[in-house]
Amino acid sequence: MKKASFIAVATAATFIATAATAATLDDVKAKGFIQCGVTTGLAGFAAPNNEGKWEGFDVDFCRAMSAAIFGDPDKVKYTPTTAKERFTALQSAEIDVLARNTTWTFSRDVNLGFEFVGVNYYDGQGFMVKKALGVKSALELSGARVCVQSGTTTELNLADYFTANGMKYDSVVFDTADEVREAYLKDTCDVYTTDQSGLYAQRSVIADPEAHIVLPEVISKEPLGPLVRHGDNQWGDIARWTLNAMIEAEELNVSSANVDDLKANTKNPGIQRMLGTSGDLGQQLGLSNDWAYNIIKNVGNYGESFARNLGEGTALNIARGLNAQWNKGGILYAPPLR
Amino acid sequence: MTTDVQGSVTGDSIFRDPRYRAIFYQILVIALFVSFVWYVGHNTAINLEKRGIASGFNFLSQPAGFGIGIVLLMDYSSQTSTHLDVLIIGIINTLAVSISGIFLATIIGFIFGVLRLSKNWVVNKIAAVYIEVIRNIPLLVQLMFWYFAVLSVLPLTKDSIQIGENFLINNRGVSFPAIIPSNGFWLITVAFLVAIVASIFIRKWAHKRQDLTGQVFPVLWASIGLIIALPVIASLIMGNPFTVNYPEFGRFSITGGWSLEPEFLALLLGLSIYTGAFIAEIVRSGINAVSHGQTEAAHSLGLRPGITTRLVILPQALRVIVPPLTSQYLNLTKNSSLATAIGYADITALFAGTSLNQTGQAIECIMITMIFYLSISLLISMFMNWYNKRIALVER
Amino acid sequence: MAIVKTERHEDLPPPVSQTGVIGWMRENLFSSPLNALLTVVSLYVIWWAVSGIVSYAFINANFVGETREDCTGTGACWVFIKARFGQIMYGFYPVEERWRVDVGYVLAAIGLFFVLSDVVKDKKWSAIYMFVFVPVACYFLFYGGSFGLEVVETSQWGGLFLTLVLASVSIFVSLPLGIVLALGRRSSMPIVRMLCVGFIEFVRGVPLITVLFMASVMLPLFLPEGVNFDKLIRALVGMSLFSAAYMAEVVRGGLQAIPKGQMEAAKSLGLGYWQAMGLIILPQALKISIPSIVNTFIGLFKDTTLVLIIGLLDLLSIVKAGTTDKEWVGMATEGYVFVAAVFWVFCFGMSRYSIWLENKLHTGHKR
Repeated sequence: MKKASFIAVATAATFIATAATAATLDDVKAKGFIQCGVTTGLAGFAAPNNEGKWEGFDVDFCRAMSAAIFGDPDKVKYTPTTAKERFTALQSAEIDVLARNTTWTFSRDVNLGFEFVGVNYYDGQGFMVKKALGVKSALELSGARVCVQSGTTTELNLADYFTANGMKYDSVVFDTADEVREAYLKDTCDVYTTDQSGLYAQRSVIADPEAHIVLPEVISKEPLGPLVRHGDNQWGDIARWTLNAMIEAEELNVSSANVDDLKANTKNPGIQRMLGTSGDLGQQLGLSNDWAYNIIKNVGNYGESFARNLGEGTALNIARGLNAQWNKGGILYAPPLR
Repeated sequence: MTTDVQGSVTGDSIFRDPRYRAIFYQILVIALFVSFVWYVGHNTAINLEKRGIASGFNFLSQPAGFGIGIVLLMDYSSQTSTHLDVLIIGIINTLAVSISGIFLATIIGFIFGVLRLSKNWVVNKIAAVYIEVIRNIPLLVQLMFWYFAVLSVLPLTKDSIQIGENFLINNRGVSFPAIIPSNGFWLITVAFLVAIVASIFIRKWAHKRQDLTGQVFPVLWASIGLIIALPVIASLIMGNPFTVNYPEFGRFSITGGWSLEPEFLALLLGLSIYTGAFIAEIVRSGINAVSHGQTEAAHSLGLRPGITTRLVILPQALRVIVPPLTSQYLNLTKNSSLATAIGYADITALFAGTSLNQTGQAIECIMITMIFYLSISLLISMFMNWYNKRIALVER
Repeated sequence: MAIVKTERHEDLPPPVSQTGVIGWMRENLFSSPLNALLTVVSLYVIWWAVSGIVSYAFINANFVGETREDCTGTGACWVFIKARFGQIMYGFYPVEERWRVDVGYVLAAIGLFFVLSDVVKDKKWSAIYMFVFVPVACYFLFYGGSFGLEVVETSQWGGLFLTLVLASVSIFVSLPLGIVLALGRRSSMPIVRMLCVGFIEFVRGVPLITVLFMASVMLPLFLPEGVNFDKLIRALVGMSLFSAAYMAEVVRGGLQAIPKGQMEAAKSLGLGYWQAMGLIILPQALKISIPSIVNTFIGLFKDTTLVLIIGLLDLLSIVKAGTTDKEWVGMATEGYVFVAAVFWVFCFGMSRYSIWLENKLHTGHKR
């Protein structure tokens, strides 16, 4: 037990972070780290490992931004947010960027005052059921109890899909993905619905993944991406081109393994521009010219990050599918870096 | 601080005069308060404008677009129903669980409060253990325990525990036959209401007769008889104007019949067992507060123990019990907001949760929710104050 | 021929049926058929519950091992608690820095001992130690950043440690605040009174959850652009304001119990309002409301679990997070039973203390 009211003032003073209104970049540089909003824990996307260190696909984006700005991928502090809190956290400048498998929609972009900087994962909503039920298609789900996470587009798509197909359902709503999974595993509901990536992620942490199947139907478009506040274009540009640099690097076959070699020896003008050996793309962003080099060296390109966190060989075992490069059958297509 | 007694008497300065000083302080407080409100309001306005959040209550008339698990007394469709409907459903659900919780908690509380005073050592200790264990564990832990640890141990739908033909218990809750009214059901409703009104009159009449002649009329049995008999007669007259819908095993869970969802059950059990422990303590201290002489006097007049408790002790104990009981009822209602942790669709989970998320209207949603709880608090206190006044000692 | 005994017969002991174990049982357990039935039923219930609990928690439970596979019995798997014990106690507080938390506990425990027990009569120094030194020391210990201690972000705080921080900080902020509010509510100045009544009744009329939502979602909107509080501080603000309203009512109860004559006597001695309050009224009022203050604290302590809903990792939420871990899915019962037991020990201990205190303080104030 302790306390005298002055300590509250002292403590409060320490924890108050004053952010300049205009330039997030200056502010981030001044405080020496990026405050990055992530999920409260979704395997493969963002979850603390056993040592309490954050890992995952979305976390890699934050690390890439940190590498681009500071040349060091670890100058990031993570704020776990629930689906409910994530937008107010960004609006109130509690976090600088939100990388939390968030669906890019019109109203979020326009009405809530955010700027989505691109899509880092093309997703769609699906359903997971227990194999024992013998369900083969989502159209057989009439009358089922569905577990869903609160405050998501998932909730709206679910209602639309069932109404459109003339089916009935009962929804049970929870705040975090973990609670939804727990309720589903306890058989409180028959169906677990969320983005398919999330379903695979959740299935990967179930004791017997084989007893559950993800139904083939994809009932919505869910382009997931990082987002920043409206009104600070420079910061938005840094976030946007961090993502694009990772995608472009994969297309150009620049990876963390060969980036040093390529930086020294490449004759490819596109790679030279990206790695900062020619041109001044970095300075135009307000960063150093080796910003993209730092990203690739420290975090890797898009493909590496995907393979490390989500791809075949990980517990999630997600195929690239739509998230392959445009010239490999997917729809990932970074605008040129020039 | 020195005190100049002289000053306040002679009033050589108006700052020494307590009256002026009071006015000065109050003006200062008002100024501080107003500037605080202005400061917060100003910041909020700027913040809202900067972030492009449109404030106002227009969102209430927009379609909600999401599904709700538990809908009572209303038609709800995700396509046409608005956020206002969501609010109303949230209110109904909160009231449903609070009212049934209050009812159940009162029963549990009175039983255990009386048991706690039992001369029987074993019974007494059981009540004591219940009270001391339950009161000292956070409600949220208990709710989660009920929902995630107890209800999920119940059998799956297909292995439901069956009581009789049509009463099913499984991990999806409790199902029982539903009565679906058809044409002519109104007469049964009317008969039921008539029976209640008649019971009240019989009670008054019996009181009067007892005062005049000393004869006792079995009011309770007469009332129960009326309340059962009248609707049955009405039903026979109209030729049973209802159909019974039995629960059946569907593909996923039980279909048909009425059912109580596991979320509702867990919340109801958690709330009433938790609050019941507090009520038991209140009942115990209320009964203890009645002087033992009252019991002895009643016994010496020849009243049997049961009648003594009912006619002598309880009426006096109630005066002590009612005020703290009121605050327990209020607590129960407010605690029902923990529903959000176990997925029951109450006002906090639905309106301050889902609606808030889908519309982003944080201030409006939380304000409306708070106003709702405030009005409930006010209503319950008003009702209990009225009741308290009615049973208060009439001094002649 | 005397058939009348001349000397007094020695007193016989009461009949066996009236005394000893049998007499007690007759009196207390089997005084009537109904009572006997109740006793038998209750004994059965006790046997059923106790045997169930003992076999679940002890006989069939597993205590040794490292992983889920070590749990072979049908009862509880305490291995889960053991494996995550560090996290449950300290959250994500870095392992090599956890001694700082322990030192803080020891400092606070010493202070508590001196303040609460009767060993030291002069409480002045123990109070200064407890309410000035310990908070400052704990702040520097826990958060770090000076004296060569590494900064530990509040986002890494968790488990029982966070629960204790939440409860103790809010109680010590809310107590002075509550006193001010209670004085304001009894003030003769109508505007001050109205504001205090308004605040108290508003806060008491809404659930803590909505206050926490307000603190976590709306507080950022109330502050100027760019000013931002740590999430823990926001929860603390919400909880302190909430408990201040309850504390105000407790203190008001104490103030009302002090006879009017005390104030009049103080005034007639020439004391001003603050002197009279500080020297005469408040010491008496606070003294008689200490048991209620402890009860409010118990309520507050239990309410700290609600921060789970705004995403802080207190004792309950860290255990809950553990039960959703892949390795330990299905350990919900063990987790909740453990959390319940921890809270019970704390709350029950405090309620016993409050009863002890009530009896101790009983002297002198009953007329």
